[in-house]
Amino acid sequence: MKRIDRRFFLKVTAAGAGGALIGLYVEPKAVAQRRGGPPAPPPDPHTYIKVAADGTVTIMAKNPEVGQGIKTMLPMLIADELDVEWKSVKIEQADFDDTRYAAQIAGGSTATPTNWTPMRQAGAAGRALFITAAAQTWSVPESDCTTSAGRVHHKASSRSLGYGELASKLAALPMPDLRTLKLKDPADYKIIGVSQKQREVPNIVTGKPIFGIDVVIPGMQFAVFEKCGVFGGKVMSANLDEIKKLRGVKNAFVVERPAITDGVIPGDPGLENGIAIVAESWWYAQAARKKLQVTWDEGPRANMSSAGFAQKAEELSKQPPQRTIRKDGDPDAAMGSAAKVIEAAYSYPFIAHAPLEPQNCTAHYHDGKCEIWTNSQIPGNARRLASQVLEIPESEITVHMVRGGGGFGRRLTNDYAAEAAFISKQAGVPVKLLWAREDDTTHDYYRPGGFQYLKAGLDANGKIAAWQNHFISYGEGDMFVSAGAMGPTEFPQRFIPNYHLQSSVQPLGIKTGSLRAPSSNAFAFVIQSFIDELAHAAGKDPVEFRLALLDSATSKGVELDARGRPGINADRMKGVVKLVAEKSGWGKQNLPQGTAMGVAFHYSHLGYFAEVAEVAVSAANKVKVNKVWVAADVGKQIINPSAAENMIQGAIIDGLSELMDQEITVEKGRVVQTNYHQHKMVRLTQAPPEIEVHYLITDNPPTGLGEPALPPVLPAVANAIFTATGKRVRSLPIARSEFKFSWA
Amino acid sequence: MAYKLNVNGQSYTVDVPPDMPLLWVLRDVLNLHGTKYGCGIGQCAACTVQLNGKATRSCLTPMSIVHNQAVTTIEGLSADGTHPVQVAWTEIDVPQCGYCQAGQMMAAAALLAKKPNPTDTDIDSAMNGNLCRCGTYLRIRKAIHKAAALTTNASAKTGQQAQLTPAVK
Repeated sequence: MKRIDRRFFLKVTAAGAGGALIGLYVEPKAVAQRRGGPPAPPPDPHTYIKVAADGTVTIMAKNPEVGQGIKTMLPMLIADELDVEWKSVKIEQADFDDTRYAAQIAGGSTATPTNWTPMRQAGAAGRALFITAAAQTWSVPESDCTTSAGRVHHKASSRSLGYGELASKLAALPMPDLRTLKLKDPADYKIIGVSQKQREVPNIVTGKPIFGIDVVIPGMQFAVFEKCGVFGGKVMSANLDEIKKLRGVKNAFVVERPAITDGVIPGDPGLENGIAIVAESWWYAQAARKKLQVTWDEGPRANMSSAGFAQKAEELSKQPPQRTIRKDGDPDAAMGSAAKVIEAAYSYPFIAHAPLEPQNCTAHYHDGKCEIWTNSQIPGNARRLASQVLEIPESEITVHMVRGGGGFGRRLTNDYAAEAAFISKQAGVPVKLLWAREDDTTHDYYRPGGFQYLKAGLDANGKIAAWQNHFISYGEGDMFVSAGAMGPTEFPQRFIPNYHLQSSVQPLGIKTGSLRAPSSNAFAFVIQSFIDELAHAAGKDPVEFRLALLDSATSKGVELDARGRPGINADRMKGVVKLVAEKSGWGKQNLPQGTAMGVAFHYSHLGYFAEVAEVAVSAANKVKVNKVWVAADVGKQIINPSAAENMIQGAIIDGLSELMDQEITVEKGRVVQTNYHQHKMVRLTQAPPEIEVHYLITDNPPTGLGEPALPPVLPAVANAIFTATGKRVRSLPIARSEFKFSWA
Repeated sequence: MAYKLNVNGQSYTVDVPPDMPLLWVLRDVLNLHGTKYGCGIGQCAACTVQLNGKATRSCLTPMSIVHNQAVTTIEGLSADGTHPVQVAWTEIDVPQCGYCQAGQMMAAAALLAKKPNPTDTDIDSAMNGNLCRCGTYLRIRKAIHKAAALTTNASAKTGQQAQLTPAVK
């Protein structure tokens, strides 16, 4: 587990009305999945581009593809600058190789901002090399040469050469200087900004074996891995002799690991104790598993329960908070002199990632080396964990990256890779490990649940004068569980002069981790719902109230957080709030009784999103989302509009699943829900028939949208429910309240 | 026990236990990996195939009841992506991760074979069992209407009903 040094920040910002506001804050500590690795290699065109003598262009796709469209999008950036025809480009998935490629990660919506420049540079450098090769062949100045559709032209002499004809000359040429390399004027883009279909679609619609679960290697056997329902539980005894005699079973053994240390569970703890069954088909292994009789030592976590967590949170809420994360101004005094004080308690549950393709990994250990096929979102960590459990250097491990059937953050952890590698070594054969759906639901790294006790004071003009939040999460001492921290710059900090964010934690016995838009997927619901309560208490229109709040920043521009990440830019957020209000006809629509609109915004992963939901609530409290409008500011360029729209619409539906009926509960230390019938997602008839997406194009670098599109939809719907019914949803999922999602 | 089955027009004999689900025979015995495992309890329908033309959850279909019935999988819709459902899925650019789409398409093809011009209500009842974790439902609905239009246009041109039933090798 990585401990981040405790850091104190004294922040002085110019206050709007003169003077200075001084805030003291602590950057919270949370266990994290290790990222990092060697420094990023420069974008060398030889790494990314292969041009055959016949002119065929192959572009390497370096990142893990889990449905976010990156295998198509990154090569688009290269191809446009290389100046080749998109339809002539072949795309090849790269293996994991941190000596050749910069960060190969699908996480944090980082791929667009981090690759926008280097991938275009790789393409432009490739184009420059072809120009140099042609100019040398013809003995003409490079400046007289132009390119189009994979050819270099010399207009004065009407000569041209295809990239394929020049390809053999490239290796001898020096790498162009990236600092002086000219990138295209956006007006000249032919591929970027044009909807390009996902390149894998022809393989998907014909059922080609392209996913992790489809990997087949010679001599492969199939494995299942039975772990204790209680995290950290150990096998005491099991009927392995009987299991080994069952049809198709080749091997069965206990995987012994040292006991997990006490304290907060690490973000990627690696191999756990359990029983591996290896068979000639997966179904034989899984059928044998149903006959397993295991005596477990469940360990100290077996007494935990969701009821206990809720009770403890209630107790903690009545006690002074354990720590202060941030204090600006004098919240107590401001609260005391407020014209109106509003208090509300919010909560949200643990939820599972539940990607449709269950966790799996194929591994072949032999002679001190290992080959791994994985759909990990962070294959570098899969290699590190495999290296630890196999006790061989990372340099002896090859990681092949295979398409993942959804990620959502689940594949940022690599337990399945550690298990497959170890089982292959112990069984002495190549194995494909496949988790049953029940394994996936009960052994996830859950989105942490939490509780927030909020209090705000409105002044006589209905402005928020003071804000207090007692944030109750999980952890121990000053350490939060993975994805369970709230930072000192969480909105509306910096927009309210007297702000107090305090926290308390209780111990947790299940694993937690990042789920699509981590923390934001819960915090936006709480904060944007409470802001809505304040708007109604102040008698203000929810859109106008939000715009006024965004106008009340205590400092101008953008501030960086302790890790150097830019915080919210109020002007950009106001832009999308105004846009979504305009597009949805906010305040102008004459809606029938029981139908209303709700609005919310949230900034995360560098993306600005404001959303309006039109929701109808029947007399029987059946909720139907008629339509959602999305306004997004993710910078100056939407790289692949078709993929962007698909991703945003999917994020809205994903958010509605979280809002509707997803909850993981714990009893006797075990997760209760096992499969999709208990951890439900939105179906076709529950999805809004229309999700309208609008972009505010601003002069900012392009950023990602897979995650930041999700958080606002939960409060937008909850706020609409309030306007329609007068009833405020303060606890998720809404299926646990008096409301139900309707079926069409 | 030996079972005879016909998959995508090809005959196979497999020696498997009677309770082994068709899904695992397809995937691990016949190496037809297009049909996907998602939940094993009929909740997600990623494993949907057609049994005598009817959309069927292969994860819940034991071999004992399959034998001698015609099984069609995504691989049998057409190998070259020319079935109207495949064409529509490609043109509408439906998939994100793509894992559920084989099941979606098998259900859609079964619907269209029965109702060449389905209404939204028809689509609701035929497709509500198929989960898409990425949330591509809006495009799935659009693609089904598109496939219907492709079929209608094709039959208007040729005077014949375009082939909605899968090609048999």
